[in-house]
Amino acid sequence: MMEEVKPAFDSDKAAVLVNELRKTFNSGKTKSYEWRISQLESISKMIDEKEKEIVEALQKDLSKPELEAFLSEILMARSSCKLALKELKQWMMPQKVETSLATYPSSAEIVAEPLGVVLVISTWNFPFSLSLDPVIGAIAAGNAVVLKPSEIASATSSLLSRLVGEYMDKSAIIVVEGAVAETSALLEQKWDKIFFTGGARVGRIVMAAAAKNLTPVTLELGGKCPAVVDSNVNLQVTSRRIVAGKWVCNNGQACISVDYIITTKELAPKLIATLVSVVEEIFGKDLMASKERSRIINSFHFKRLVNLLEEDKVSNKIVFGGQREESQLQIAPTILLDVPEDSMIMQEEIFGPLLPIITVERLEDSFAMINRKPKPLAAYLFSDDEQIKRKFVQNIYAGGMAINDTILQVTVPTLPFGGVGESGMGSYHGKFSFDAFSHKKAVLYRSFAGDSPTRYPPYTPGKKKQIKALLSGKLLNIMLALLGFYKD
Amino acid sequence: MLKMMDENEPQIVAALRDDLSKPELESSIYEIAMLKNSCKLALKKMKHWMMPEKAKTSLATFPSSAEIVSEPLGVVLIISAWNYPFLLSLDPVIGAIAAGNAIVLKPSEISPATASLLAKLVANYMDSSCIKVVEGAVPETTALLEQKWDKIMYTGNGRIARIVMAAAAKHLTPVVLELGGKCPVIVDSGINLQVATRRIIAGKWGCNNGQACISPDYIITTKDYAEELVDSFKCELELFYGKNPLESKDLSRVVNSNHFARLLKLLDEDKVSSKVVYGGERDKSNLKIAPTILLDVPQDSLIMNEEIFGPLLPIITIDKVEDSFDLITSGTKPLAAYMFTNNKKLKEKFVEKVSAGGLVINDTTVHLAEPTLPFGGVGDSGMGAYHGKFSFDTFSHKKAVLYRSFAGDAPLRYPPYTNGKLRLLKALLGGSILGIIRALMGWSKA
Repeated sequence: MMEEVKPAFDSDKAAVLVNELRKTFNSGKTKSYEWRISQLESISKMIDEKEKEIVEALQKDLSKPELEAFLSEILMARSSCKLALKELKQWMMPQKVETSLATYPSSAEIVAEPLGVVLVISTWNFPFSLSLDPVIGAIAAGNAVVLKPSEIASATSSLLSRLVGEYMDKSAIIVVEGAVAETSALLEQKWDKIFFTGGARVGRIVMAAAAKNLTPVTLELGGKCPAVVDSNVNLQVTSRRIVAGKWVCNNGQACISVDYIITTKELAPKLIATLVSVVEEIFGKDLMASKERSRIINSFHFKRLVNLLEEDKVSNKIVFGGQREESQLQIAPTILLDVPEDSMIMQEEIFGPLLPIITVERLEDSFAMINRKPKPLAAYLFSDDEQIKRKFVQNIYAGGMAINDTILQVTVPTLPFGGVGESGMGSYHGKFSFDAFSHKKAVLYRSFAGDSPTRYPPYTPGKKKQIKALLSGKLLNIMLALLGFYKD
Repeated sequence: MLKMMDENEPQIVAALRDDLSKPELESSIYEIAMLKNSCKLALKKMKHWMMPEKAKTSLATFPSSAEIVSEPLGVVLIISAWNYPFLLSLDPVIGAIAAGNAIVLKPSEISPATASLLAKLVANYMDSSCIKVVEGAVPETTALLEQKWDKIMYTGNGRIARIVMAAAAKHLTPVVLELGGKCPVIVDSGINLQVATRRIIAGKWGCNNGQACISPDYIITTKDYAEELVDSFKCELELFYGKNPLESKDLSRVVNSNHFARLLKLLDEDKVSSKVVYGGERDKSNLKIAPTILLDVPQDSLIMNEEIFGPLLPIITIDKVEDSFDLITSGTKPLAAYMFTNNKKLKEKFVEKVSAGGLVINDTTVHLAEPTLPFGGVGDSGMGAYHGKFSFDTFSHKKAVLYRSFAGDAPLRYPPYTNGKLRLLKALLGGSILGIIRALMGWSKA
C-alpha cells in the first residue's frame, strides 16, 4: 500500500485545529445533553460493530490474547460508555447545597460546566481503552476533544483515527496521529485541560507546557506497584491473582501490574513454588510457546528488560524463567529472589514479565521499604490478618490499593483511579471522569429582601458587634443581634 | 489557632492597618471572623471528613467491599497574597492541617507587618516541628519553589502562577492556583436599585477598596439604565463615605506606590480620563484614590484590559442586557461574575452562558462566606478550589481501596482461554441474567 506523504502536523496546523474546535465549542453544540448522548451512543455502536477489528489491531500491536483484549480493552470501554449513558442526566444536574445564616436569605448550587477544548494523550499498552475512556469522560462533560493516541501502538492508533472519523462528530472530536513532533505541536497550544497517560518523564514535560497557559492537568503515570504477601493466606488463590495481575495483564506491561513482591523469608520458598505451578498450569510447561501472553511491545523495551535481567548481582538471582527470544519479542515469566535494593530492576518501573521477590524478617518491615520508594499507582496486600490490613491501608501511600487481589480496583467505577506523588495527579473512571473534565461552578442566589444597613459604611462599633454576632453562629447572639441589641 | 486569634485580635487589626490602612470592621469581620468560622468548622467536622467513604461495588468484583480513604499529601507549601494577608495565609493552612500535612507558609512581603506578625504568632501558638513561616521576597520564594513539595497552593496573579506551576512540574507537584480576573457585574433594570448599588459598593470599595480578587471590576448595563445607575451610585457613595472620601476612615488605602502609580496610569490614560463621572481625586502622600466611576471607556483602554484591583469602577453600556453575555465571554474567565436582575430567564441564561469561578445573583462577593461552595477559579482565574470540606479535600489524596476475600475465585479469569470461557465471561460481565444462564449451560457443554 502506497503511503501518502502527509503534510507535517506542525504548530500552525495545531493552532488552526484548536481554533476550529473552539468555534465548535463556543457555538454551544457540545454542551447539550442530546449531543453528548449521541456521541456516547456512537462510541457504543462503534465498539459493538468493530469489535473484531479492534481485537485484531491489538493483536498486531501487542500480540494481545483475544480474551485479554476483550476484558481489559473492549469491555472496559464499553462499560464506561454504558455507565455514562445511564448516569449522564444525573451527573449534569446542579448539586444543591445548604446556605448558612451568613447569607440568609439565599440558595446555592454547584453547576458542572465543560472546560472547553481538551487534549487527551494516550499510551501504548492499553491503546484502545486508555484512549477512549478519557474521551468518554470529556464528551460526557460536554467538551470538544483532541485525542493523540500513542504511535508505538500504530495499528490501534490508525484504527482509532479511522473509526472516530467515521462514527463521531468531526467538528468536535478529532484524532491526531503522530509522534514527538506532533505531540509538541499540540502541547504548544492553549487547552482548557490536558489528560495524559504515560511515564513520569513526559508527564513533567506535559505539565511544564500546561503551566505556560495555566492549563489544569490530569497525569496518570506509574510506579513500582508492590504486592506484600503474608503467611496466613490461601497461597493458591494468592498466586493466581498475582499471576493475573502480572503476566495475564499485558505481560506485566501495565501501570498497575504487580511490579515486585515482598514476603517473609519463611514464606518465600512456598510462594515461589506455588507461583511456578500456577504459571505452568496457565501457560503450559513450554513457556515460550504459549500464545496466551502479550509480547514485549518493541525491541527498545525488550533490550531494556534484558538489561535489567543481566545486571551484575541480578542475573544470578533468577529462580525461574529467564528465557528470551528477541525475534519473537518474548521473555518468559521470570521470578528473581532477593536482588539488591539498589539494582536497576528495583529502582525503575519494570513494565515487563520480570517479578523480583524481596524477603524480609517481619512482614511490617515491608512498609518502610515501600514508603522509601516514590508513591506507586497501586499497592497490594495479601493477608488474613485484620490488623495488618488496617496498618497497610493507613501507612502505605499509593494511588489505590487492593487487599487480597490485584488490579481489580480499576474496574470499580465508584472508585477514583489515579496516582499520587510520582504516580500522578487527578483521577478518573465513573463519575470521576465527568468531574475531571468539568468546572464545578459555585452559584449563589440572593433576593433583594432582607438587606440590613449593618453591612455598609459608615462603620460604627455597634455595627461591628452586630455583624460579629450574626456570623458567630451562636443562636443567642444572633437573636440578640436581630432584636437590635447591638445597635449604637 | 483559635486561641491565637482570640488573644491577638488588636495586634492583627493593627498589622492590617499598618499594611493596608484596613478599616477595623473589615479586619475584624472579613479577616478574623471569617477565619475563626473556618477554624470552628474544621474542628466540628474533621472527624467526619477523616472517615473513609464507602463505595458501592458491583457484580464484577463480587464478593468485595470498597472505600475511599483520605490521606495527607505530606509536606505542603502555601504562598499567600497581600490583600487579605491574614485570611489568605491561614485559611489554606487550616485545610492543610485538617488533612494532616506539614506546612510551610510564605506570606507576602508586600504586607510586611502581617507577615512578621504571622511568623511570630505561628511560632508561639503552633507546633513548630510541623508548621513554619518563611518570610521574604523573590529570592526566598524561588528557593522554596526549587524544593520538592507534595502540594503547592498559590494565591496571587497569573504571571507568578505560571512560574509556580512550571516549578511544580519539575517535581510533579499538584497545585492549587487562586488567581483573579476582571469580575463583571451585569445590572438589569426593574430591580431594587438602592440595594443593588449598596451591594456593589460593599463588594468594591467595602472590600479592601477594590483590591480583592472577587471585587466587582466593571459594570455592564443598558444605555437606558446607565444614568439612573450612576445617580444611585453617587447618592449611596456619599452616604457611605461622605463628601470627602479621601478622608474617610472606612476605606483601605492603595497598598503601595507601585499600585498607586499603576492605578493612576489606568485613570489618566487618554480617552479614559474624560470618562470620569464621579470621583477621580487622589492623595499621593497617603496613597488614597477616591471611589471613582467612569462611563463608557473604550474597550481597548488599559483599564478594560487588566484587572483593576483598585477603587476605579468603569461602567460599560450596551443596547440589550443579553449583549452583556457575549461581552463577558469574549474575555478570559474571571474568578467571579455577578448579575442583578429579577428576570428568571435572564438568571438562567447568565448561569448557563457565563463561565467563571463562581457566580452570585443579586449580590457580590458573599459566596466567599459559604463553606458549602467551592471557592476557586477556572481558566485564567485559576485551578482547584477550597473552603469548607473542599479545603480538606484539596490537601488530601483520595486513595481507592478494594477489599476482596479468598472465596469465590473462579478459574474463569485465568488462561488457558477457551471459546466457552470467553462466552461465559462475556455474558457474566455483560450483566444479563439470561445471557449468563445461556452461557453457563453452554459452558457445561464445552
